[in-house]
Amino acid sequence: MSTSITGHSAIDDLPDPEGHGPHEGDRASTSRWGDRLFGGAAKASGLFVVLLVTLVGLFLIVQAVPSLLNNEANFLTSTEWVPSGAEPRFGIAALLWATVITSVIAMLIAVPLGVAVALFITEYAPSWLSKPAAVIIDLLAAVPSIVFGFWGLTIAGQYFQPVQDFLAGTFGFIPFFKDSGFSAKSTLAFAGIILAFMILPIITAISREVFNQVPTPHKEGALALGATKWEMIRTAVLPFGKPGVISGAMLGLGRALGETLAVMILLSTLNPSAPWSFSIFNGGETFASKIALNAGEFDSPQKTGAYIAAGLVLFILTFIVNSIARVVINRRKAFSE
Amino acid sequence: MSTVTHVGEESTRAKAVTLPDMGGKSSGRAIKDQAARIVMWSAFVIACVPLVWILVSTLLKGGHMLASVDWWTLSQNGITARREGGGAAHAIQGTLIQGAVTALMSVPIGVLTAIYLVEYGRGRFAKAVSFMVDILTGVPSIVAALFIYALWVTTFGFQRVPFAVTLALVLLMIPTIVRSTEEMLKLVPNELREASYALGVPKWKTIVSIVLPTAFSGIVTGVLLGLARVMGETAPLIILGPYTKSMASNLFDGLMGTLPTMINQDRTEALQPAVDRVWGAALTLILIVFVLNLLGRFLGRFSKVS
Repeated sequence: MSTSITGHSAIDDLPDPEGHGPHEGDRASTSRWGDRLFGGAAKASGLFVVLLVTLVGLFLIVQAVPSLLNNEANFLTSTEWVPSGAEPRFGIAALLWATVITSVIAMLIAVPLGVAVALFITEYAPSWLSKPAAVIIDLLAAVPSIVFGFWGLTIAGQYFQPVQDFLAGTFGFIPFFKDSGFSAKSTLAFAGIILAFMILPIITAISREVFNQVPTPHKEGALALGATKWEMIRTAVLPFGKPGVISGAMLGLGRALGETLAVMILLSTLNPSAPWSFSIFNGGETFASKIALNAGEFDSPQKTGAYIAAGLVLFILTFIVNSIARVVINRRKAFSE
Repeated sequence: MSTVTHVGEESTRAKAVTLPDMGGKSSGRAIKDQAARIVMWSAFVIACVPLVWILVSTLLKGGHMLASVDWWTLSQNGITARREGGGAAHAIQGTLIQGAVTALMSVPIGVLTAIYLVEYGRGRFAKAVSFMVDILTGVPSIVAALFIYALWVTTFGFQRVPFAVTLALVLLMIPTIVRSTEEMLKLVPNELREASYALGVPKWKTIVSIVLPTAFSGIVTGVLLGLARVMGETAPLIILGPYTKSMASNLFDGLMGTLPTMINQDRTEALQPAVDRVWGAALTLILIVFVLNLLGRFLGRFSKVS
């Protein structure tokens, strides 16, 4: 029995029907074990995600290192790929080139096109068309990669042949456009074009989101000063949306770097003895397509390790690109609030 | 535009003031404005071309395959590339089973992570989780597949079984679910939570019986969109789930055919029956993915928040 400052309270003496002390409460809905359990489960899931990404990096590193130590060639600068045998020689230079050049071509097309489509949806489309247009562009992202690749190879590719013939014929003296004797549908250039349409939806989606957030006073202010619609977009919408466009482009780049099936189906592989060429009308293999194409060959740890090393480089590349995208968009959030 | 002409008229009426030419409809500025309008419209049309083109060509080349009952009921067991007949039931079944199991594993983890980020997460750890979800979003499917290969086959010494494929797909599905659920939970008004707390309802019960039901249809939308994404993934299947022509439903033993691997199997064949099957499988896959996608968007309309 406690003695309170305010004196003796009647409740202190009341007998409790269930044998609980007078100040204990009924422990019904306010008890906290449920909170601890649920909060713990939520936190554990968060921890799981952190662990997962760490494990991805860790496993790839651990399994790549032994092969890398056995490697007789320079991993970063060699263009050879002979991962098995007593003296394995493999390097990523050729893979890196094909991956980067296809992604760059994709970006050159997809960024302007994606931003223009986003502007169309947010500023130009009549109101009845705006929502369906957004859905149509999103559906483009739902087309499976393998279908994109097969369609590109068997149907769309032939229409690129005249373009390649023209460019190679007119600018062929530049090594970049040199004709390498490959059919247009299986060159780096055409793979880049297909990639452009595959990453277009993500660039459009993110640009659209920021263009929608442009404060109306900015836009009305520009119009009130006599700007035409295009001038309003150039002076009010685009500067405000720039970080969103950059981060959308970065996310798109991340997708393009890791895109597998479409690129694997389209690109002709090169003869190992073929001379090095900077031409975009050449065949080749990207990190992802090389790994997928040789999935049946993972028979020895040495060989598997070489492909995992290539996968590790791809992981690091996309990690960097995605981190940049995130930093850019988060910085904007900090300013706009 | 109208403002510009207006200013022009004003200046001609008040003749005393000579303003610089603000530009009528024919000026360079108006032409630029028109050009921009045309560019935006044509950009949209260009962006629509591949989608329409792919849909039309798969419909034309694969449509007749889907019209037969056999396509939905038979497998490719015992059928060579040279022969017509058989169906894609084994592949459809495989794709649906793997998708369902993937969703079953990813949804609890994804939704709980989103709950952590929105309802509990403060400070450094929450930031780390959020950042890692972003990184996971960007992990290429081939890298996810390689990781599971390194874990499942090289480290544990297991066989390549369909379950390993679903593990790789879980990796790809979790971030989409976390992000969409997070968006939906953020939209639930804080007043609802406060009212619940004021009635003495503990936090976990508030989340389970107030927050989640309010955001429910939005979460389902996210799950369906995520499912649509992983069902079309092919890279993990190529690394971890070799194709088979017969019916299979065991995730832990043997092989399981799926629509993407069915396409991949027959795509190098030049023989007409095989080509038909590729287009048929492509159309079936697109149909499944689009139906999930549109169903998700449709359900999103019934959302109580947003």
